[in-house]
Amino acid sequence: MTAIGTNDLAIDAENVARRFETTWVLRGVDLRLSAGEVVGLLGANGTGKSTLLRIVATLLRPHAGSVRVFGHDVVRASGDVRSLVGYLAHAPGVYGDLTARENLAFAASMLDRDHAEVDATLERVGLLDVADQTVRVFSSGMQRRLAIGRLLLIRPRLLLLDEPYSNLDTEGVALVNSVIAERVDAGAAALAVVHELAPAASVLDRTLTLADGRLGVTERVDEKTVISLVANDR
Amino acid sequence: MSWRREWRRARAIAWKDLRTERRSKAGFSSVTVLAVTILVLFGFALGPDASVGRDAAPGVIWLAVLFAGVLAFNRCYQIELDGGSLEQLILYPGTRRAIFAGKLLANFVFVALMLLVVVFAGIVLFQVRIPSSWPALVGILAAGTIGLVTLGTFYAAMASRSRAREVLLPLLLFPMLVPVLLAAMEATKALLGGNVMGDAGAWTRLLVAFDVIFLVATFLAFEFVIEV
Repeated sequence: MTAIGTNDLAIDAENVARRFETTWVLRGVDLRLSAGEVVGLLGANGTGKSTLLRIVATLLRPHAGSVRVFGHDVVRASGDVRSLVGYLAHAPGVYGDLTARENLAFAASMLDRDHAEVDATLERVGLLDVADQTVRVFSSGMQRRLAIGRLLLIRPRLLLLDEPYSNLDTEGVALVNSVIAERVDAGAAALAVVHELAPAASVLDRTLTLADGRLGVTERVDEKTVISLVANDR
Repeated sequence: MSWRREWRRARAIAWKDLRTERRSKAGFSSVTVLAVTILVLFGFALGPDASVGRDAAPGVIWLAVLFAGVLAFNRCYQIELDGGSLEQLILYPGTRRAIFAGKLLANFVFVALMLLVVVFAGIVLFQVRIPSSWPALVGILAAGTIGLVTLGTFYAAMASRSRAREVLLPLLLFPMLVPVLLAAMEATKALLGGNVMGDAGAWTRLLVAFDVIFLVATFLAFEFVIEV
């Protein structure tokens, strides 16, 4: 059997713990995610799913344990980790007083991308027709699409998605899944916080459940699961 | 070249902040109106004696800009906090210094424009004579603005993570600004009083020295302020 090298692991988390004031939200999470793998993170509200995602994204420091992203420590080498991850937060993180085009142009400048990519990205996320409208007038779903457009510009090796399907219509759900599939084809991995399996079923390899601050059951998402979830959804 | 990339990022942040300010409309006009109102209120407090007003004008102008400027400094991070953009901004590759440089640049343009209006209002209100060496006055105003904006942008970033940021920012900023304000006020006063080569020169050198010290210190420390 060939052992997986540390650098091949998109996420290698060991005994991660994090508290807010006196409450421990994560109490020793171990997580290994390989490149090319898509994992759904399940769990009730307040079980620390977003906290775990934010720790991997370098936005929060763990109070104990260690997390490495493609071999880079999230605390000691946060700059290296940031160049590898694309984080879709619960809030879209777009600028309301800028237009959709200006928002992506800003992201392109920050990422050193060619501005010619902006219009192609807007078309991909279905916002080209409203590209010159200020984002303040957009619905939450449209703002979410714009945030997905920013993810496309980032071209990350690790996608960290916090409830990526919220506020999205059927086309939006398909868009998220196509972005995940596209990045995975390019060798990336994805960790997505999901509340319902059905929209994500076609892209997930397995699911993990967080409860009491620890990762519990791991379940493979196979063809049978997808068929039954899609049937239930109908 | 890496510094060129950082400079491009800083410019992008400044452009984004200034465009947001221009679109929101309320920001610049309300802050400038507040600064002019403070000027007028000081005018009432100083009384009708024109010579008292003229003597106090440099200090009054800088204080009006400081009080109004605090609102501008808070707003520059509020833009990021409103839609949860600060996290995305931190996640972009590159050094955190580009974020600071971008915010600094945007705040400099904002405060410099406000200062122009306030100086014009101050000249009219306190019947101040514009000195023949007005380019030197412009230099002092620019140097004072750099000091004010450097510390304002830095401490606003520090306060932005706190729920009491509106109160916290003046508490942190005002004591640190004393040397910059004192040097800017005294240099402006000496220049308006016609003492270009003597006191004005000494205070200006002191002001520039403070600018350099604060610029270097804040650029070095910003990485730790904005980091999680």
